[in-house]
Amino acid sequence: MTSLALTHARFQLLETFRIPMALIGSAFFPAASMIFFVVPFVGSDPVYATYATASMVTFVVMTSNLFQYGIGVAEDRAQPWDPYARTLPAGAAPRFAGRILAGLVLMGVSLVPVVVIAAVATEATITVPGLLAAILVVALIAVPFTLMGLAIGYSLPAKAAIVLAQVLFFPLAFGGGLMTAPGSAPGFVETIAPYLPTGAAVRLMWAAVGDFPIQPASIAALVLWTAALAGVAVWAYRRDEGRRFS
Amino acid sequence: MILARATDATRRYGDVLALDRINLDVHAGELVGLLGPNGAGKSTLVSLLTGVRRPTSGTVELCGGDPRDPAHRRALGVTPQETGLPGALRVGEVVDFVRAHFPDPLGRAELLDRFGLSDLVRRQTGGLSGGQKRRVAVALAFVGRPRVVFLDEPTTGLDVEARHALWDGIRAFHADGGTVVLTSHYLEEIEALARRVVVIGGGRVLADDTVAAVRGLVAIRRVSLTVPVPLPDLPGVVGAERDGDRTHLLTGDADRLVRDLVARDVPFTELEVRPTSLEEAFLTLTSA
Repeated sequence: MTSLALTHARFQLLETFRIPMALIGSAFFPAASMIFFVVPFVGSDPVYATYATASMVTFVVMTSNLFQYGIGVAEDRAQPWDPYARTLPAGAAPRFAGRILAGLVLMGVSLVPVVVIAAVATEATITVPGLLAAILVVALIAVPFTLMGLAIGYSLPAKAAIVLAQVLFFPLAFGGGLMTAPGSAPGFVETIAPYLPTGAAVRLMWAAVGDFPIQPASIAALVLWTAALAGVAVWAYRRDEGRRFS
Repeated sequence: MILARATDATRRYGDVLALDRINLDVHAGELVGLLGPNGAGKSTLVSLLTGVRRPTSGTVELCGGDPRDPAHRRALGVTPQETGLPGALRVGEVVDFVRAHFPDPLGRAELLDRFGLSDLVRRQTGGLSGGQKRRVAVALAFVGRPRVVFLDEPTTGLDVEARHALWDGIRAFHADGGTVVLTSHYLEEIEALARRVVVIGGGRVLADDTVAAVRGLVAIRRVSLTVPVPLPDLPGVVGAERDGDRTHLLTGDADRLVRDLVARDVPFTELEVRPTSLEEAFLTLTSA
């Protein structure tokens, strides 16, 4: 089972790496945002540079998972290879685990430039415990966005999934306060942000890397979002089997 | 021993009834052809028997158990549709991926050699010709040393030489005791390989018989003519329809029908005799 999950992950990664544009696309935007927005404006202030890097990391976690699973799953479902793979003598678990593993690898690849630029070109600082906490938080906040991607990918055809992922990601990023420093977003954003999945996620990141206070209501909202998205993802996955070829 | 069985299997997609209480037994060592027009329910039946979907009601079995349990699919081989091969991956990588799922797979080199694909091992599947993709797809069904294989239109689009090579491969597998279920909407392909033919139409089994018997059933001709008067009752006509001043008669024996028309002095003009398409023949079977 474990080795089969690795086989599936390898198979997925090979497909992605053979078309490197896809990879460059997911790594380019966050890197470019770091260079054009973070480095010149807050790069010399250790506190703000660190918060801004944490925001950008959250942004990558969201977009990478939302697009990979939302669009990737929807496209795979349209391929006749998928029903074939279901006739092989393995359950859904290795395939699913392989997809998640591949997703984590690609998310990691997209995060590298952000972290490298923050370390090299800004005054952002982090303690070792802070770094470990940040890694843990990245793993945790990847869960709701993975589920959001899966929910979209399993419930919509590929063309609709692309549009929905693109429509969702900007308001989620802006509304969650990813584009602004802690406490300096427009008023209504400050009000709603702690209860959006992006806002709740970035607040956890800020708390991990700096002195930002942990907000229990915001964490509760993130847990609720995760549960709700898991419900939608499971519902869409189950529904998928009967509908696909009708 | 029965390797694949459907018992009163029904499958609905929303309001559409794709399979209507189908019963089918496939015994070990058989080479069965599933024949039917597009949309007849062949693919749905295969998807139930290979565990891709579950029946809405009724039961299906594969190798003595539920095909949705992966353990019962260890002795199963299936062809993917050729368009479904992951285009960015090399032939060798796709074969290795499928091999990883089976406890005792064929060696990569042995499999590729058997299907004449050794030269293609480093090629990306997206760059193969249609015929090459088809051969890769069929080869994948044999990776896990299966006891039963489901082949979907295995030689559609192949040239004559490649088709005969593949047919030889399928016959060799069958001669070694392998069980084959072949779906096609070409009678020729089924005739070349199968002994037993199951004709499916409108989600039901319309006929389950030898190739020769089914050939007789579907060898219907269409006799078209223009007649100014009502036609007398003619023996051997299994269907008739009017289209303006043209009358189309369906019959299993066109020669006799024409002789009868002449013998009865029917004042026909513009006589035309054409073989029916398989679809028309199936319609006749369905309504009979």
